[in-house]
Amino acid sequence: MRLGRTRVIQAVTLIALLGVYEALSRSGRFYQGAIPPLADIAQAFFAQLLQPDLYLNLWVTAYEVVLGFVIAMVSGVLLGIVLGTTPLLSTVVTPFVDSLATTPKIIFLPIAMLLVGTGPPSKVLMAALSAIFPVMIAVAAGMRQISPVLIRVGQSFRCSWWQMVTKIYMPSLRLPIISGARLGFGLCIIITLLSEIKISKLGMGFLTIDAYNHYQIPQMYALLLLIFIIAVGMNALLSRLTAR
Amino acid sequence: MTKANRRLAPLYSIGLLLVLGAFVELAVRAGWLLPNIVAPPSLVIPAFGDLRANNEIVEPFLNTFFHVVIATAAAAALGLPFGYFLARSPAFDQAYRGWLAAAFASPLVLLYPLFLVFFGRTYFTVVLMSTMVAFVPIAINARDAFMNIPPVLLNVGKSFKVDKWQRFAMIELPAAVPTIFVGLRLGVIYALVNTIGVEFLIDFGGLGRVVSDLYAFFNIPQMYAEILLILVISIVLLWTLDRVQRWVRPQ
Repeated sequence: MRLGRTRVIQAVTLIALLGVYEALSRSGRFYQGAIPPLADIAQAFFAQLLQPDLYLNLWVTAYEVVLGFVIAMVSGVLLGIVLGTTPLLSTVVTPFVDSLATTPKIIFLPIAMLLVGTGPPSKVLMAALSAIFPVMIAVAAGMRQISPVLIRVGQSFRCSWWQMVTKIYMPSLRLPIISGARLGFGLCIIITLLSEIKISKLGMGFLTIDAYNHYQIPQMYALLLLIFIIAVGMNALLSRLTAR
Repeated sequence: MTKANRRLAPLYSIGLLLVLGAFVELAVRAGWLLPNIVAPPSLVIPAFGDLRANNEIVEPFLNTFFHVVIATAAAAALGLPFGYFLARSPAFDQAYRGWLAAAFASPLVLLYPLFLVFFGRTYFTVVLMSTMVAFVPIAINARDAFMNIPPVLLNVGKSFKVDKWQRFAMIELPAAVPTIFVGLRLGVIYALVNTIGVEFLIDFGGLGRVVSDLYAFFNIPQMYAEILLILVISIVLLWTLDRVQRWVRPQ
């Protein structure tokens, strides 16, 4: 009855957390409305789902995330292959790539806005910038793992650079590309929403901060809940797809 | 790659930086890039002096640095025991493992409006959020570390009849250190990204706040200088952690 015990622990934890929340909400110790009762949040959640406005903003955010992600994947894989095939370039650039990879990307948002304005293109740019590093680093590391025999076979067939990429490198790079993509996709979602929160007029991040600014706290909680469900769901979907 | 090339690599890296700087400078002077969009080095370098005169370097740097350190330390103080607990109690592990993985995949930083509602625009909000974000990878890796102690080591301990505490201090902990440090490294990076992100979003605190202010005043050269400074802080933090790891467990 292992699974039974697991479920009991999960249920008890969840109920305890929600209970503490509800108790705090009813205690009246916090500023009025700051901690709305669970029923209000649930109501706001379903009310949100009926708003046509929500789907427009969801579409904008999805568009920014996906476009940024695609740009990052294509350029990240190509740059990773270039780094993987030119050791000298890789040694020279790696210190920069590594330190940029760990830098909080959000600080580049002002530069993105200076370059392409405050609309959706700046979010696409930020998403691409965030996701390109894990993809590039994973692919460059994967290139070093490719069996030299395969590379020599390709060379003895006098493959062109592009043929090497499509026939030799890409099939061997499946796993690094998948792991880079999973990391990158999560980063795309985060940075897009944060950029929308900072400055924008559209998107899920905008909706959330707009609710906050108008002190519509239940709506804000509901939107955050929706965003988390979507983000975790997308991640689960992506791992399911890539597990095969 | 030849040995000589490897030794010269740092010089090449610096050279590349200089070439890029020179290229930006020329591009701006030739009018291909607007100095209001891409600040040339000739404006960014003096901007460091202005920032220093305005107390916008050392103070915000230390501000961010200490909040990241406090948050990581708090996350480690909570996450390491929690990871150990999960590794030693299979039922709880099974119950919480999936949740931790989900938290790791979810955009926790987006919860900041919620924290603002609870705790206001305070340093407590900044540190608490960073602690929460850093807790997840630290706990996950601590759990993995204590789950995967080589059985040989434990058996050696058994044949020496070590007691519980000795087993923990002399076998489990040293064997777990490398994986724990993977988590700490991630934790520091997450705490840094989160701290600067929140500072930037709510215009409060250290380096992130300064970048946001400078953008608001359209002070582009100083903004670029401050962004470079943030690059430096992330390098310094990771380097420090690397040193600590070597000191704790020399390879």
